[in-house]
Amino acid sequence: MSEENGVIYRISGPVVTAVGISPRMYEVVRVGDEGLMGEVIELHGEQSVIQVYEETSGVRPGEPVIRTGQTLSVQLGPGLLTKIYDGIQRPLPELEKTMGVFIKRGVDADGLDLEKNWDFKATAKAGDSVTSGDVIGTVQETKTIEHRVMVPPGTSGVIKNISSGEFNVTQTVCTLEDGNEIQMMQKWPVRTPRPFTKKHAPEVPLQTGQRILDFLFPLAKGGTAGIPGPFGSGKTVTQQQLAKWSDADIVVYIGCGERGNEMTEVLDEFPHLMDPKTGEALMNRTTMIANTSNMPVAAREASVYTGITIAEYFRDMGYDVALMADSTSRWAEAMREISSRLEEMPGEEGYPAYLSSRLAEFYERAGRVETLAGGDGSVSVIGAVSPPGGDISEPVSQGTLRIVKVFWGLDAGLARQRHFPAINWLNSYSLYPPSLDQWYRDNIKSDFPELRTEISALLQVEAELQEIVQLVGSDALPVDQQLTLEVARMIREFFLQQNAFHDVDTYTDLKLQYTMAKAILSFQEESKKALAGGAALEDVVNVPARTDLMRGRFESGYEEKIDKMLETMIKQIAETMEDN
Amino acid sequence: MTGKEYRTITDVKGPLVFLNKTEPVAFGEIVELRLTDGTLKNGQVLDTSDDQVIVQVFEGTASIDKQTGIKFLGDVFKLPVSTDMIGRILDGAGRPRDGGPAIVADEMADIIGAAINPYSRQSPDTFIQTGISAIDACTSLVRGQKLPIFSASGLPHNDIALQIARQAKLVDSDDDFVVVFCAMGITAEEYNFFVHDLERTGALENACLFVNLADDPAVERLITPRLALTAAEYLAFEKDYHVLVIYTDMTNYCESLRQIGAAREEVPGRRGYPGYMYTDLAMLYERAGLVKGKKGSITQFPILTMPGDDITHPIPDLSGYITEGQIVISRELHQKGIYPPINVLPSLSRLMNAGIGDGKTREDHKSVSDQLYAAYAQGRELRGLVAIVGEDALNERDLQLLKFADIFENKFLRQSRDEDRSISEGTLDYAWELLSNIDTKYLVRLDQKWIDKYHPTDKKE
Repeated sequence: MSEENGVIYRISGPVVTAVGISPRMYEVVRVGDEGLMGEVIELHGEQSVIQVYEETSGVRPGEPVIRTGQTLSVQLGPGLLTKIYDGIQRPLPELEKTMGVFIKRGVDADGLDLEKNWDFKATAKAGDSVTSGDVIGTVQETKTIEHRVMVPPGTSGVIKNISSGEFNVTQTVCTLEDGNEIQMMQKWPVRTPRPFTKKHAPEVPLQTGQRILDFLFPLAKGGTAGIPGPFGSGKTVTQQQLAKWSDADIVVYIGCGERGNEMTEVLDEFPHLMDPKTGEALMNRTTMIANTSNMPVAAREASVYTGITIAEYFRDMGYDVALMADSTSRWAEAMREISSRLEEMPGEEGYPAYLSSRLAEFYERAGRVETLAGGDGSVSVIGAVSPPGGDISEPVSQGTLRIVKVFWGLDAGLARQRHFPAINWLNSYSLYPPSLDQWYRDNIKSDFPELRTEISALLQVEAELQEIVQLVGSDALPVDQQLTLEVARMIREFFLQQNAFHDVDTYTDLKLQYTMAKAILSFQEESKKALAGGAALEDVVNVPARTDLMRGRFESGYEEKIDKMLETMIKQIAETMEDN
Repeated sequence: MTGKEYRTITDVKGPLVFLNKTEPVAFGEIVELRLTDGTLKNGQVLDTSDDQVIVQVFEGTASIDKQTGIKFLGDVFKLPVSTDMIGRILDGAGRPRDGGPAIVADEMADIIGAAINPYSRQSPDTFIQTGISAIDACTSLVRGQKLPIFSASGLPHNDIALQIARQAKLVDSDDDFVVVFCAMGITAEEYNFFVHDLERTGALENACLFVNLADDPAVERLITPRLALTAAEYLAFEKDYHVLVIYTDMTNYCESLRQIGAAREEVPGRRGYPGYMYTDLAMLYERAGLVKGKKGSITQFPILTMPGDDITHPIPDLSGYITEGQIVISRELHQKGIYPPINVLPSLSRLMNAGIGDGKTREDHKSVSDQLYAAYAQGRELRGLVAIVGEDALNERDLQLLKFADIFENKFLRQSRDEDRSISEGTLDYAWELLSNIDTKYLVRLDQKWIDKYHPTDKKE
């Protein structure tokens, strides 16, 4: 594509109008004397409307606009992991090197380190016939993750030459008979989903170590979840817990229009966190995208696409990828801001009419798929939503809920009581259990699904009883109902509450979750017996071993001790009968 | 480029002036308007194209006519900064208001302020003791944080802000804070209150004030906080000061934002506020923090009054999504005569966990804080129940919690305007003393080891 030059006609915040060029939609252009990066978002007669990814103050009409011929793309290849990017895949540490601690303008940086040599091990050999998505070699990208170098989509043929050795990402590692050369780096336009063969039904849970999520409202690998909640209800902490503990192979974390200090916290903390499975730093499997709220809005709009394209790329290698977007509301607001500068006819609450279709397109890029190479990979998407005033009747929440299969509803009331995670167990839901239950039966315990049903039924009964208690006080209830309240309280305080900042409590594996839930039901069972045998409720619920059992979850080695603690509790409950 | 004066005004609408066919004018460029009577006004370019330029006039558009001359100054808005600003009172556009000489610039700083690279930030983790128990124990402030006060009209938010400004210090160092105070549309009376208090305590010598009062032009309010933050950034990141920025009242700022939006006939968002208000507020709030390799820091205390005491109103709502928590002032507590009337339940400090604990405040701080919250929250809930069924229907645990809610409000929250409680003895030990009104077996948020060590009656020595 030959370069074509135009000039700026108008500037209004992040939206610049140019004349004298006829670019394609979504083509990247360079704007002004400083060469600010922008993307064409509307063609209007002679005029091309451009959203600019950098601050535009000081730019004048008459300055040049230059076409690049490319659409907004990311560089994919070894070197993505452990990186932190801005919304348009510029590595933030590189930006710091070139422009200091404040982000200035007109600086370009490659997403991948083009100089660094990687140890490429060919797995295909000359004469092999390969097609799009086939793995031709591997690179040990980080200690725990093997990067699989694939034939780029749209390329296929018979290998003429391939060799192992030290290469950088732009050097050719493989030549095909037809002369096509394959490098480790591919480029892919962010707004186009990467191809796959077909989508599978999600049948394996994404284990997160978060009791309320795993046990009551599980997410499947390749599934989608939405976390709406007012500010201060713990969206970000929940997202970070998922980024830390979920059993995905790769994690892509998008901080979209959120706080700078929050991203810094993630950056400081992640390199020190150990993966419970491998014992290596969690950072080894993580890519981060940080476009904080005061960075340019257009780049915020692009950041979710940059993130999901990277996620799809790892999916194509056959990995399970989890992508967290915090927060999709900020992304939607970026769309709204750009749309209003374009003077488009607004839909609900000023959001553009295409809001819900954009949301749907984004979440549809999740899924468990058969890759082009025939492997099995998945992208799970977990999107935080920040509804104004916590009211989820607003367009972004509603647009999200229509698409996602899991709804983790955060509740300001619970947060105020310091019940964390503040996920409301009464209105949250997951549509995955029917397709996951077989997995639980096979891998955890055969009665896992039944146990879940029992626990959620108890919580439901409690909610009904609480309404009566509000009117008459708990002492007016019959003893068996008072016991139910006590059991439900135990579910809430011992099981659903989980301290993200506590070394031990922060993560509970599925087997222990099952044992804990079972212990609660044993307490109910034994107490019923004791009450029938004449024990006083007061004595039964206050047996010291129960407190020990509940506090025990903060101690390491709990999984070995819990059975013993349970036994002691059962014994003590039985003894309450003899006292009377 | 300077020198050329245009008389091509076509429209004047609210605070905006539209003019035709000029030289290429930069987006954000500063403009000087010369009225026919010789008065000078300043403005800034909001929209620019070959055919039309839209200028926002800071001092309001009164008496502007089509003969008014407009000069483009060829640069974006810059503030002269220097350490001489400390001890000075400037107006909402950065000119001296105290009768003193103009600030001699050490540097001209762009007031928009570039975003700090998230990678270059340093995590805030140094506890600031405010001497106010409710804040220190439950919503601990950390250096580099932005923690707004959500208040409403008629509540003593100004007293609290001043008390914080006066008492704020680090536990183990004498580093003092420089206060940058930014007034947006407050009344002369409120302004005098601040200045008198700062003078009385000698803090004025260590402060820099930017003042836009209620009768100053509303549009000017849009730049006042940017000036204040530009000065703060200079002092913090060039001159190693620890800066405490107090701005009041953010609600007036947002009103001005809405006014401009309406004049530009933009598509409004919720309640008529512009759709980009989140981004705009973020450009202010995000200018807090610490930066790797720099000694100074910026801690922000924005004060906003919630219209109709409504925390879901767009102004507190969008602020809450950007700031690192909030301190909520309660009318109910205020009417009970409790000062400071801080409702700890909806209040929050997101950076608290990084700033407290062993070696920072005290090892039991987190547990104590959780327990205070939980007990107070349950106690308050029980008040509603008691109103219906009476105390007789409560069991022992509930009775104790109910009583605790009163103790918490009357003893823990309540303190005088110049009472400076230390974190360890003044606040945490006191909390333990008050918590001992509840049976230990109901204190489920407290680790046994802290009970053994700190509980006044269950202590195992």
